[in-house]
Amino acid sequence: MTNELLINIAKKIRARIIETSHIAEAPHLGSCLSCVDILIALYWNVLRIDPGNCHSPERDRFILSKGHAAPALFQVLAERLFFDPKLLEYFGQDGSLFGEHPLAHGVDGVEAATGSLGHGLPIGVGLALGSRIRGINNGIYVLLSDGECNEGSVWEAAMFSAAQKLENLTVIIDFNKWQATGRSEEVMALSPLIDKWISFGWDAREVDGHDITAVTELLLLPKDDSKKPRVLIAHTVKGKGVSFMEDDNNWHYRIPTKQEVIAAKKELGLIKEDHAERVC
Amino acid sequence: MRNAFAEEIAIAASIDERVVLLSGDIGNKLFDPFKSIAANRIYNCGVAEANMTGVAAGLGMMGYRPFTYSITPFVTVRCLEQIRVDVCYHNLPVTIVGTGAGLSYAELGPTHHSCDDIGILRMLPNISIVCPCDAIEAKAAIWAALRQEGPVYIRLGKKGEPRIHDEIPTFMIGKSITIREGSDACILSTGNVMPIALDVADGLIPSGIMARVESFHTVKPLDEELLKYLFENFQTVVTVEEHSLIGGLGSAVAEWVIDYAKGAKARLYRFGTQDKFLPFISGQAFAREYYGLRSEKIIRTILNELN
Repeated sequence: MTNELLINIAKKIRARIIETSHIAEAPHLGSCLSCVDILIALYWNVLRIDPGNCHSPERDRFILSKGHAAPALFQVLAERLFFDPKLLEYFGQDGSLFGEHPLAHGVDGVEAATGSLGHGLPIGVGLALGSRIRGINNGIYVLLSDGECNEGSVWEAAMFSAAQKLENLTVIIDFNKWQATGRSEEVMALSPLIDKWISFGWDAREVDGHDITAVTELLLLPKDDSKKPRVLIAHTVKGKGVSFMEDDNNWHYRIPTKQEVIAAKKELGLIKEDHAERVC
Repeated sequence: MRNAFAEEIAIAASIDERVVLLSGDIGNKLFDPFKSIAANRIYNCGVAEANMTGVAAGLGMMGYRPFTYSITPFVTVRCLEQIRVDVCYHNLPVTIVGTGAGLSYAELGPTHHSCDDIGILRMLPNISIVCPCDAIEAKAAIWAALRQEGPVYIRLGKKGEPRIHDEIPTFMIGKSITIREGSDACILSTGNVMPIALDVADGLIPSGIMARVESFHTVKPLDEELLKYLFENFQTVVTVEEHSLIGGLGSAVAEWVIDYAKGAKARLYRFGTQDKFLPFISGQAFAREYYGLRSEKIIRTILNELN
C-alpha cells in the first residue's frame, strides 16, 4: 500500500479514536494519538499476520505494552478486519470486550492483556525465547511508552534479552516526552534514552515515529551478526495530528467535547465545514 | 524436597518437550541433569523475578510448560503482580515453584521466611496451590501440575525432610491423601509440617485416641468432598501448617466451614504462625516453638476437646 494511503488510514484512525474518546469518555487520547503511525507501520508493512487466521503459530506477535493506548490498537485491528468494526460501537459499554485496556480473552488480534506498565516486554521476551526454542522465526514486537521505562521490570527484561541474544525481539518506544503527570525527562531522568539501551546491549536506533516509511524501514532492517535485540526510539508528539492536542499533556486525561471532536476531524481533513453538525 | 524437585523436573523435561525451567540465579549445580538433557530449555533469569515471571507467561503463550524456581518469597510475593496479571489473568500453564516454605530458612531471617505466600496467592483466580509433605509428593506434584491447564504454585520445603510415603501415592491436585487412618480426631496437615502432625497422632495413642492424618496438600481448590465427610463424622478437625493463621489452610477451611458445612459436627482448631515476624535468629525447630507449632500443644488441645 502506498504511503499516501497509509497516511489517510492514519487520519481516519485518529478521528475514530477521538470520537470514541468523546462518546465513551475514555481518557489517554494523547497517548493513543502519539502511537498511531507506529501501529500503521507494524500492521500494514511489517507484521506477518493473517486476520483470518489470527492464532497461527507462525504469526508474528505484537504486544501493546502501553496498554492505555488500547483505543488506538482496537481501531487498527478493526481496520485490518480482525473483528467486525461495528463491535467498537459498544466500546466502554457494560458487557463490552472493548475498553480502556485490552482484555486477556475474547478479542482476536490482542496477544496480551496490558495496562499495568512494565509487563509487556517480559512477556515479549518469553515469546521470543519460545519462538527460538521451537525453531520458528516469529518476529516479536513490543511497544512501550517512555513513562513505562520507569518500571524496573523493563530493564530486567532488557538485560535478559541482551544476555540471551534475542535477535527476533524488537522494542519500539513511543517517546512522546510526557508521562501522566509530567515531562518524562524530569520525573525520572530518562536521558540519554538511546545510550541507556545501547549500554544495556541493544541495537538502538532513533526514528521519527510519525514517518511511517522510516519506521517501516528500520523495523524491516536486516539484523547484523551481533544478534542483539533491537529497539527503536521513536520520537513522537503526544496528541499528534490535532493542533490543539499536540504536546499538551492535559490530553492524557481530558475528554474532548463535541465541538472539539468536530474541530479535530476538520483538521484531519475528514469533514468539510458544511457537514460539521452531523458528526457526533 | 528441592533435590527431589531437581531430579524429577529433569525427568519431566526428558519426557515432555514442553517443560522449560527458569531459575532466579539459584540451584546452579542442582540442575546439571536438566542441562544435560535439555540445555535449550533451562534458563538462569538472573536476580530478576518480575521479568522471569513475565517470560514464563510468554513461554506459556507459545505452548510451553514453564516452571519458575527460586526461594519462596522471591518467586511469589516479590513478583506478585506478574503472577496476578501475566500468569493468572491469562490463565497460563505456568508452575511457580518456591523452595523454603514457611520457616524452612528460619536462620536466614524474615526476608527469607514465607508464612504469607499461600494466603496471598490463594486470592488470585485460576491458580492451584499445592504443598507437598515430602520428597515423594514433591515429585508427584510436578506431574500433577503438568496435567493442569492453568497456573499452579508448588510450595517446597528445603532438603532433608523426613520421607512420609513408602511408595508413590496417587497424587491429584485437589484430592487429599490419607496418611494414617483414625476416627477420633482428624489432623489436616499441609506441606512440610507433616512430621508434627504424625507426632501428634503418635502422642494421642497412649490416651486411646486414634487420629486420622491427612496430607491435605492442595490448599486451593479444597478437597470439599473430604471436608464434608470429616466435618460430619469427626468431633475434632485440626489444621496444621507452617504459614500464618491468616490466609492459609486453616483460614481456607474455616471459610469453607462457615459457608458450606451446614450441620457440621466437628469443632475446628487451627495451628500455624501468628501475625508477627520472627524477632530473632533461630533454626527452624526453635522458630516453630516460638510460633507455637509444637506437637505437645496440639495434643493438649485435642485432649481437652475430646474430654
